Amino acid sequence: MIVAEQKPIEEIIEMLKDFDRILVAGCNECVTVCEAGGKKEVGILASALRMYFGNQGKKVRIDEVTLERQCDHEYLEEIRSNIDQYDAVLSLACGVGVQFMAEKYFSTPVLPGVNTCFMGVTEERGVWSERCQGCGQCILGMTAGICPISRCAKRLLNGPCGGATKGKSEINKDLDCAWQLIVDRLKEMGKLDTYETLMPIKDWSTERAGGPRKIIREDVRL
Amino acid sequence: MRLHYPDAIRVIRVPCTGKVDVLHLLRVFEKGADGAYVVGCLEGDCRFENGNLRARKRVEQAQRILDAVGIGGERVQMVNLSSGEGPRFARVAVEITEKIREMGPNPLKKKTGGKMAA
Repeated sequence: MIVAEQKPIEEIIEMLKDFDRILVAGCNECVTVCEAGGKKEVGILASALRMYFGNQGKKVRIDEVTLERQCDHEYLEEIRSNIDQYDAVLSLACGVGVQFMAEKYFSTPVLPGVNTCFMGVTEERGVWSERCQGCGQCILGMTAGICPISRCAKRLLNGPCGGATKGKSEINKDLDCAWQLIVDRLKEMGKLDTYETLMPIKDWSTERAGGPRKIIREDVRL
Repeated sequence: MRLHYPDAIRVIRVPCTGKVDVLHLLRVFEKGADGAYVVGCLEGDCRFENGNLRARKRVEQAQRILDAVGIGGERVQMVNLSSGEGPRFARVAVEITEKIREMGPNPLKKKTGGKMAA
């Protein structure tokens, strides 16, 4: 999932202070799972904003909505009939949702309520960590299902660097060295000979470095 | 025991303090309450293992939010009592009522002229 965390409330207030009618819009997908922008977080934030503006003696209308997704036309269309009632939308979706809503409702300011951080997993309740950088050419089949692109600070493709110590990365003693994890798992699976295979130079043009990416699939297009 | 505690307090019963949500705590202030406190079982004595510990975290989250929006985080508190501590329940009720009275009314009441969100 896409992992995000809510912006500090002070920053959100600063963004919203000039508006009188605000819609706080959550998303039922990734940001709900990472507890940053689901229905519950929308309720808490809207309540906090109502209290803040009330305490300032300012009459501000704060409404709440949580869409199934903010990255699909059909769900964003659900608010088309009442979007004109608002001066601004505070979207608690990831950056994708914020942008898609802004594209759709061109004249309404759509502001981000969360910082979108990475694609990752829930290690345990309250702990999320990165697993994928969307490089566009998956090599997990060669690396025992552990991604050196997202989990090695140097994105090394052929074994660890000299900085790894006792299985930990040199950038952080609490961070596992991705290549240590790869070697351990290859050994466990009896496929350590894979480690000897030299990985070719990676084509980074499919990664973000190649510019914004797009997929067009004629087989599923309508 | 026929103990007395301030009549300004309205008791809301929940099956376990683990049921109390941050949103519940914020709503009471949005509706104009001057203060609120959650009375959970003693730590380590929760029948559901960690309901009271969860409640404490939620109270702390509500405190941070109330501080940030200018209502005052001190207005919401967590208290741990056993069901056999009636006298202490009454004493805590008096202490917290006095403390909140010192803090004054919920600032939202003054600003909105007593008309609070339903």
